[in-house]
Amino acid sequence: MSPEKHTLTMLVDNEPGVLSRVVGLFSGRGFNIDSLCVAETMDPKVSRVTIVTQANKPLLEQIEKQLRKLINVVKLRDMSDDRAVRREMALICVHARSENRDEILRLVNLFRAKVIDVASNYYTIEASGDEDKMTALIGLLRPMGIKKIARTGTVALYREPKRGI
Amino acid sequence: MELTGSQILMTILKEEGVDTIFGFPGGAVIDLYDEIMRAEIRHILVRHEQGAVHAADGYARVSGKVGVCLVTSGPGATNTVTGIATAYMDSIPMVVITGQVPTQLIGNDAFQEVDIVGITRPCTKHNYLVSRVEDLAKCLKEAFHIARSGRPGPVLVDIPKNVAQARTEYQPVGKVSIKSYNPTYTPNPKQLQKAVALLKTARRPVIFTGGGVILSKASPELTTLARRLRIPVTASLMGLGAFPGSDPLWLGMLGMHGTYRANMAISNCDLLIAVGVRFDDRVTGKTEMFASQAKIVHIDIDPTTIRKNIPVTVPVVGDCKISLTALNQMVQEDNLEQSMPPHGEWLAQIKQWRDEYKLAYQQKDVIKPQYVVEKLHELTNGEAIVATEVGQNQMWAAQYYHFDRPQQWITSGGLGTMGFGLPAAIGAQVAFPEKLVVDVAGDGSIQMNIQEMATAVQYGLPVKIVILNNRCLGMVRQWQQLFYDKRYSQTIMDHAPDFVKLAEAYGATGLRATRPDEVQAVLAKGLATPGPVIMEFIVESEECVYPMVPAGRPITDMLLV
Repeated sequence: MSPEKHTLTMLVDNEPGVLSRVVGLFSGRGFNIDSLCVAETMDPKVSRVTIVTQANKPLLEQIEKQLRKLINVVKLRDMSDDRAVRREMALICVHARSENRDEILRLVNLFRAKVIDVASNYYTIEASGDEDKMTALIGLLRPMGIKKIARTGTVALYREPKRGI
Repeated sequence: MELTGSQILMTILKEEGVDTIFGFPGGAVIDLYDEIMRAEIRHILVRHEQGAVHAADGYARVSGKVGVCLVTSGPGATNTVTGIATAYMDSIPMVVITGQVPTQLIGNDAFQEVDIVGITRPCTKHNYLVSRVEDLAKCLKEAFHIARSGRPGPVLVDIPKNVAQARTEYQPVGKVSIKSYNPTYTPNPKQLQKAVALLKTARRPVIFTGGGVILSKASPELTTLARRLRIPVTASLMGLGAFPGSDPLWLGMLGMHGTYRANMAISNCDLLIAVGVRFDDRVTGKTEMFASQAKIVHIDIDPTTIRKNIPVTVPVVGDCKISLTALNQMVQEDNLEQSMPPHGEWLAQIKQWRDEYKLAYQQKDVIKPQYVVEKLHELTNGEAIVATEVGQNQMWAAQYYHFDRPQQWITSGGLGTMGFGLPAAIGAQVAFPEKLVVDVAGDGSIQMNIQEMATAVQYGLPVKIVILNNRCLGMVRQWQQLFYDKRYSQTIMDHAPDFVKLAEAYGATGLRATRPDEVQAVLAKGLATPGPVIMEFIVESEECVYPMVPAGRPITDMLLV
């Protein structure tokens, strides 16, 4: 069984040390973390942790059970399929030579991104989307020279029911 | 009522029914210790914090209660780590209270400061750093609740010095409920029905039990099931005593040093009912070959143990006792003993395996360690509480002391902690002052926590220590003999103390046997002598534990003598 990407999101107690319990579980048991996102939810006592991991079916079952066993994990869901929306965000600082500027701006528009900082030779672009979109944008910008990049991990939410739509 | 943090701790301990704790004082817990003087709690002063944790562990294993220990910050706390990891691997209910530097100094590299909550995160069931005295009662109540419920385990509560000193209005916590922690006790009856269905067609069934059966006190239900359906029973090291070792259906322990018939039965069975086990690698050997002809029913309260190492046919998440009670009822309603296919042939086959190869040794000129354990069994009528150290002594005790009841056997199964036996025996003796408690030890292991002799003597705890002295670190030496061409790298202990004099130096009694004909007399005398006794037996140094399955091989690949 080959490993597949899985997006796991969990609601955890917003307390010191909880994140370290979650990531410690992954490192201690040899599970892998592709990306990780954590922030408070509407309830300040609860944080949402989203982890992208690669695992085959039995391993994924083990990861989910081990996470549920942590006292501070309140709820866990696999948000890997179409029933969830997934997004990530990146800040990309790209070399903006005069001959490339139009092309960069065209890509920014096509990908519904934004230029958020303009320096003498560089544009900093803010982009968000699913993983494929981010990879595509970065791929297209790379030939112009990406100076630096900051990417978030994936965040995800379950879609609410679409009754009557 | 306004109470200090220290007073709150004593109040909660009392509420939780704790009458004995094991500990060692220090600067960060001086306020807690000041309060202990006024509380009606017995404190056993150990000689090393590791001893405190193992003693609390031994106390918990024989009594079924939560073991409690109290140590100071920094080195006091780090000294508990091996003991905590030992209890965690064997799912022993325990609450470890550590002192911490005052909250305003945390993170400053203060004197005797260590991040013990960080250090013990992977080896506790849960842990707490209590930063406000207002949270102390709740944290402590949750700690006891978590330690003893579900799959039990150690919980650590780190209390900064200023939290112990601070005063607050004490509000009793009442019943603990943690919304994200709800262990499943009652199994899904549909899963049990599936297990019954498998029993209806099984021709070669085997039951395999582990520490979970002991922890949930499911021994009577297990015995009922096995005897009613005449299913042979084997156990992991942790499961010994759950099914009587004198019963004809008993197969002996399985795995790396399991009996021939147990390993053969597992490898040839068509239905394996595994109860309260986690399929440790010392049990399974090569997992692909383990019970490869069998459908497997796995009953355990911890869902993570299911399908972790071995694929199973019918997973049952639930408490062993509740699950087996329900299963027994279904078996009775279905009149299964009548409708199950007869498996007389299977039992005959097992008898044949039993006769083909029995646990054996030949007592000649030098004392055989197995002989000492057999004699110990005989002289104690199999009724002693037996603790062990780790290594060959542990395996011989497991093989030759045929345990008839649960909570009679105290051994570090998962972590394999040398130095566990003596302090654990002390803890067991504290729980049952009137019972005979024996520590079966090696000359290597006993030296790892020998300082606890002073504890035994101080509190008049009459533990009997049987040292099987082979002048080497026997189990590693055995591996070197068998798999490393007898290159005995660092396993020969040329120098050891004179254990008889050592016993006397501690104020205990020391006895020694050097010849086989002295064994019985030394054991008889030692067991009859009041107070702690060390009995040293100078045994064959190159004796090996057999059968042995080399690590990672199928359990049918047994080296037999």
